[in-house]
Amino acid sequence: MSKHHVTTTINGEAVEFLCETQETLLDVLRNTLNLTGSKEGCASGDCGACTVIMDGKMVCSCLVLGVEAEGSSVTTVEGIADGETLHPVQRKFLEHAALQCGFCTPGFIVATKALLDANPNPTEEEARYWLAGNLCRCTGYDKIIRAVMDAAAEMRGEARAA
Amino acid sequence: MNYIVPQSELKIVGTRPVRPDGVDKVTGRATFGADMTLPGMIWGKVKRSPHAHARIVSIDASKALALPGVKAVVTAADFPEIANEEAFVGEGPMNFRDLSRNCMARDKALYEGHAVAAVAATSQAIADEAIELIDVRYEVLPHVIDVEAAMAPGAPVLHEDMFTTGVEPKPAKPSNIAKRVSFTKGDVAAGFAEADVIVEGRYTTQPVHQAYIEPHACVAAVSADGQAQIYSSTQGQFMVRAYSAKVLGWEIANLRSYPMEIGGGFGGKTVVYLEPLALLLAQKSGRPVKMMMTREDVFRASGPTSGAVIEVKIGAKRDGAIVAAREVLKYQAGAFAGSPIGPGCMCGLALYDLPNVEVIGYDVVSNRPKVAAYRAPGAPITSFAIESALDELACKLNIDPLALREMNGARDGTKTHYGVTHKDIGFLSVLEAARSHPHYKAPLQPGQGRGIACGFWFNIGGESSGAVHVNEDGSVSVVSGNPDIGGSRASMAMMAAEVLGVPMDQVRPIVGDTASIGFSFLTGGSRVTFATGMAVTQAAEKVVDQLKTRAAQIWDIPVDAVEWKDGKAWPAGLNAGAFEPLSVAQIALKAGRTGGPIGSEVSLNAQGAGAGFGCHICDVEVDKETGHVKILRYTAIQDVGKAIHPAYVEGQIQGGAAQGIGWALNEEYIYDKNGKLENAGFLDYRVPVASDLPLIEAVMVEVPNPRHPFGVRGVGEVPIVPPMAAVANAVRSATGLRMEHLPISPPKLRAAVDAEAKAG
Repeated sequence: MSKHHVTTTINGEAVEFLCETQETLLDVLRNTLNLTGSKEGCASGDCGACTVIMDGKMVCSCLVLGVEAEGSSVTTVEGIADGETLHPVQRKFLEHAALQCGFCTPGFIVATKALLDANPNPTEEEARYWLAGNLCRCTGYDKIIRAVMDAAAEMRGEARAA
Repeated sequence: MNYIVPQSELKIVGTRPVRPDGVDKVTGRATFGADMTLPGMIWGKVKRSPHAHARIVSIDASKALALPGVKAVVTAADFPEIANEEAFVGEGPMNFRDLSRNCMARDKALYEGHAVAAVAATSQAIADEAIELIDVRYEVLPHVIDVEAAMAPGAPVLHEDMFTTGVEPKPAKPSNIAKRVSFTKGDVAAGFAEADVIVEGRYTTQPVHQAYIEPHACVAAVSADGQAQIYSSTQGQFMVRAYSAKVLGWEIANLRSYPMEIGGGFGGKTVVYLEPLALLLAQKSGRPVKMMMTREDVFRASGPTSGAVIEVKIGAKRDGAIVAAREVLKYQAGAFAGSPIGPGCMCGLALYDLPNVEVIGYDVVSNRPKVAAYRAPGAPITSFAIESALDELACKLNIDPLALREMNGARDGTKTHYGVTHKDIGFLSVLEAARSHPHYKAPLQPGQGRGIACGFWFNIGGESSGAVHVNEDGSVSVVSGNPDIGGSRASMAMMAAEVLGVPMDQVRPIVGDTASIGFSFLTGGSRVTFATGMAVTQAAEKVVDQLKTRAAQIWDIPVDAVEWKDGKAWPAGLNAGAFEPLSVAQIALKAGRTGGPIGSEVSLNAQGAGAGFGCHICDVEVDKETGHVKILRYTAIQDVGKAIHPAYVEGQIQGGAAQGIGWALNEEYIYDKNGKLENAGFLDYRVPVASDLPLIEAVMVEVPNPRHPFGVRGVGEVPIVPPMAAVANAVRSATGLRMEHLPISPPKLRAAVDAEAKAG
């Protein structure tokens, strides 16, 4: 079986890889590139644990083929922080204890960044519907939503909500 | 020592620091089961039965073995036959013969998805192809899915050697009823004779899956001399070691088990499925083997919790005093015995001070995946029935449902129907907090309703180890033997830091593998902060004693003239002020000259777990047109003993409530007529998503457990107990409809609305 040669950009770096036709972007990220921060929870686009940003759009990397990454720009959870400086969304998740087991967390971090890139001032309802494709079984979403709203406020330069 | 003191005297316990493992979890660095790789690693996959019940006539793997890239195939023939032997582990019984046969079917496949063979190959694609090439011949047998159908005479029998235990005389014929249990207190017939009012109901619940987002995954490696390593996502590395060794017939000392980060468990990762298969494939192939379940595998082949049928009868005096209660519970166990029928019989009525009680329970097998523990195993099912029936009783008596519970609620000295007498419990404090909460009095709009329900879990202690080591620079390592599933590293570090008097960031907690720390029973039963926290606290105290001894040596004064305060040794008594205080770092620097490394490991069997109680208040709005139930407001009140890290305690309460809401409204296993699961994925098995829920207010009531140094009670399990009845009672309040069957999904609610309209 011959493999496809793919040239792409991941977390700002030029990357080349070989993949088989049926391999998903998630398979490539995890098994070929060792970027294991994106998780496989369902492989059917229902849980959001593999969420990445591809050319500015939030996608489930389990629903994208590796070959589709050709010429695109992909941001994974590994590319959200700026070196040792956490992104405000990451910091707020920690401050609000918005994670328990932490398995869904990479997907939520990426999805929240995509939300706030698109809508810096979401209502709680907008945040809940945006994140409805990301399953969390531990938290009941309460602290996640609080972290998202607080991160949004901070990124808008507003004082932290009580 | 006892640290049950006002919060103002505690520096770290009771605060909300960032968890020590947090940064790795928000940046993607944390390594879960499926993230592990080893040099030379290959991939294992499982072939599963397409039939609900079938005799395995033959398995021919020759074509699979001939496929280039296939390195090993295993079937039941490769595993030792395990004797029928029941051990009690933690929260429930474990039969290792059944465990072995659940990991790999022997003679018969007992449910759709039951493992019948496994392969290891150099790529996932080759392993998938090889699975298809294994030729399994089945003789399909009649199957049974429903619990009452499985109990009926003439039902297809799963196990020819299953004779119901707990009945006299012993049955002459095998059946699907593994056992009958019963508890009696007082005279239930006499109690009902005294009653002014009696309510009766028949309630059903469906199996629901723990639905942790991380599928089971592991990597195994075996060297030629039999030394093996297993890296897995599990609630207990020692459990993985013991169970895998048992199923394989290996010596425990040859197996080293490494806990990876775990992506949720809720009880579902308290057993092994893949680990023995991966170890055997690794041994046969001579290569490390990674195995991962797909989401479909998780639904079809790992444990949901029981579905059940529960009959309840409760009698009371006109003023609300309950005089008798009778409950019959029929719990599905899945394909092997071992539903949580014991806790089911205990927990529903344990909240109340009742003079006359009779509870009868049945553990019933059918052609479904073997159930696994799920958060307060057994308790949410029984409490759905009991708390719904109490709501009916309150309606019939026309009294406030909270008042009914206040009047009958268990207090210190209440003897339960299963023999335990409650001690130092906080149920009445919880009810008081519910009554005084603004939610309970908030006005409702037309079409809206409010329900309350309560819940209980006994919590457990058990065997735990904890070690505290002072490093050369004065930093501190805390090692525990329990996987951190929801922030326990933080609570271990906080308790150690509190005892040592040092800042939290001076303490680095880790979870050790089975060769790095003494035996610890798994993370479950809401036991870790209680039992492992007790071990860590005692180890830290021993370290303080050592630090004082070392300071005394340095100063050349008696050790009883040294005081430990604010993380430093101080000369006390006659020597007060004679020397500058010594910090942990200063003492550590001289450790080599004062007796060597400073550290301590404590292994104990923690007794005296404090029972937990909760009361939930739920507001709903019901759309009678669509049958949709919207949760408008939710408040969960719970006695947590002492919250070490309050944010993670709240998180447990909120998460448990959300799972319970899913159980109440959406989640269920749906089978077709052939016994095949029709909704083995997150699209059709719908767990709550962010847009389904409101903010969930967690109210912590702190009634300390005097048998823990900081007053801790387990908190993780109680919150999943009340929600089903809280939601059902709110639906009744909104619509007048008593929903006796879960889930209260739109079709069921629509049917109830239609039936009511028809009845006029």
